[in-house]
Amino acid sequence: MKIRTETVRALADLASLELAPEEVERMRRDLDAILAYVDKLSELDTSDVPPTAHVLDISTPLRPDQVRDVLPVSEVVRNAPDHDDTSMIVPKVIE
Amino acid sequence: MNPLAAATLDELAGLVERGEASCRDVVAACLERIDQTNGALGALLHVRRQEALDEAEAADAARARGEARGPLHGLPLVIKDNLVSPDFEVTCASRILRGFRSPYEATVLRRAREAGLVILATANMDEFAMGSSCENSSVRACANPWDTSRVPGGSSGGSAAALAARATPAALGSDTGGSIRQPAAHCGVVGMKPTYGRVSRYGLVAFASSLDQIGPLARTVRDAALLLGVIAGHDERDSTSVDAPVPDYAAALGRDLGGLRVGVPREFFSSEGADQGTLERVRAAIAVLEEAGAKTVPVSLPTSQYGIAAYYLICTAEASSNLSRYDGVKYGFRAPASDYREMYRRTRSQGFGAEVKRRILLGTFVLSAGYYDAYYQKAQRVRTLIRRDFERAFESCDLLATPTTPGPAWPLGERLDDPLAMYLSDVFNVTVNLAGLPAVSIPCGFSEEGLPTGFQLIGPALAEERLLQAGDAYQRRTDWHCRAPEL
Repeated sequence: MKIRTETVRALADLASLELAPEEVERMRRDLDAILAYVDKLSELDTSDVPPTAHVLDISTPLRPDQVRDVLPVSEVVRNAPDHDDTSMIVPKVIE
Repeated sequence: MNPLAAATLDELAGLVERGEASCRDVVAACLERIDQTNGALGALLHVRRQEALDEAEAADAARARGEARGPLHGLPLVIKDNLVSPDFEVTCASRILRGFRSPYEATVLRRAREAGLVILATANMDEFAMGSSCENSSVRACANPWDTSRVPGGSSGGSAAALAARATPAALGSDTGGSIRQPAAHCGVVGMKPTYGRVSRYGLVAFASSLDQIGPLARTVRDAALLLGVIAGHDERDSTSVDAPVPDYAAALGRDLGGLRVGVPREFFSSEGADQGTLERVRAAIAVLEEAGAKTVPVSLPTSQYGIAAYYLICTAEASSNLSRYDGVKYGFRAPASDYREMYRRTRSQGFGAEVKRRILLGTFVLSAGYYDAYYQKAQRVRTLIRRDFERAFESCDLLATPTTPGPAWPLGERLDDPLAMYLSDVFNVTVNLAGLPAVSIPCGFSEEGLPTGFQLIGPALAEERLLQAGDAYQRRTDWHCRAPEL
């Protein structure tokens, strides 16, 4: 399929990316070339083939629900660009 | 060059054990090599100069008291810049994680610390491990020690280049679609991707979670075996971790290969797929395995030609999801903005490089309504076919031997404007990740321009021991791994 400029803009919006006009064109061209290449998968009949969910036969492990030590909040928020002792500070979300 | 910088991890363990060298001398020799080479190579990002010397001295003191934690206590280790630690900055070579210092420690680093290894430096990489040349680093492109006008491969290019430059005897990398094996081949060192789940991914910054695996890089198979023994094992903090005993990998080495059946997949030896010199050197390597007692078996992996297509749909889908966490809120870089939507967009646009954006957009596309079945689901079905190919091949052989790369390292910049050409440099690697199998790349000669070639051994799940035995038997009969670049 052909990738159009509007498609790249819509994808960028979904992915929270801002692209300059020349970046949009560059990405359009690249995605177009990559998708043209991956179309070779359509040569394979996979109608009776199940998709891979996990490469190894393992099930989700369970453990007892026990209280354990967790990281102190002050340590976790320390990496936020803006924070106090207990919170990450962000621009206002709800008016 | 100081002989301590050129020594292998195993040799250093012997020297230190016999009191013929101190760990401090070893670390100092590596630091000297870093000073001599890193300006030209850009292999290492954050060098823990004083901390590494102090930790090595403490290890010497512990050994003098008879309290060594093991043979590797006090010896240096370089880690890829995507393994988190509370002790230093880890950024995935991305602007968006600049200044990030994790509140917790990756399990592989905890295990390395418990074995007494000293973290010497973090290694350059393609941003978020997305790339095959180590040029997509927000810090600087890394160069190949054999020819500094060429790429070292990627994404673990810094780890491989530092080893080849004799700036460290050991390194860790991560491999999502060849990111350990391909740079190992291009730099003339050994690199192993273990079975998916063999090594805990806890504390590895996620790129494509169903494919990522941490593994060792070293100059010899024996050193890789020593390192794998340190980092492998079950971890309840990684729900995909395999709960299987860890063999003593190094103890299993030194044997010959009587009766070992080496499968040679014909699709990996076509003249359209790889250059003639590479194929000749890999065939010669297989002949050495035969001298060591192995028998070759022709096999076929017919779906392998679809590997790159399936891989780039699956890895980008997973990446677009994993990288949604970088939004300027929790860590790293935040762009100034008046509202939160603008903060997300500006932070991500200024924080990510071009290849990361390209993969996020592609992944967003293949997961979006209307395209999910045609692209993502289709790729996961093809992945099943690729796994079945390997299962069928391993009915008639014990391991597979292939080239690691289609050709030698290419000039810096050559493939930056052609993402597809860059992706195709991993054509012999990605099916291994899609199937979750272990594989190792081992140096097997040089091109006419003097650039290293590697061959790849692939095994069934959890057959690391067998791969290492075969690789070690090869290295006992060859000396490619002893050659060092002039630098």
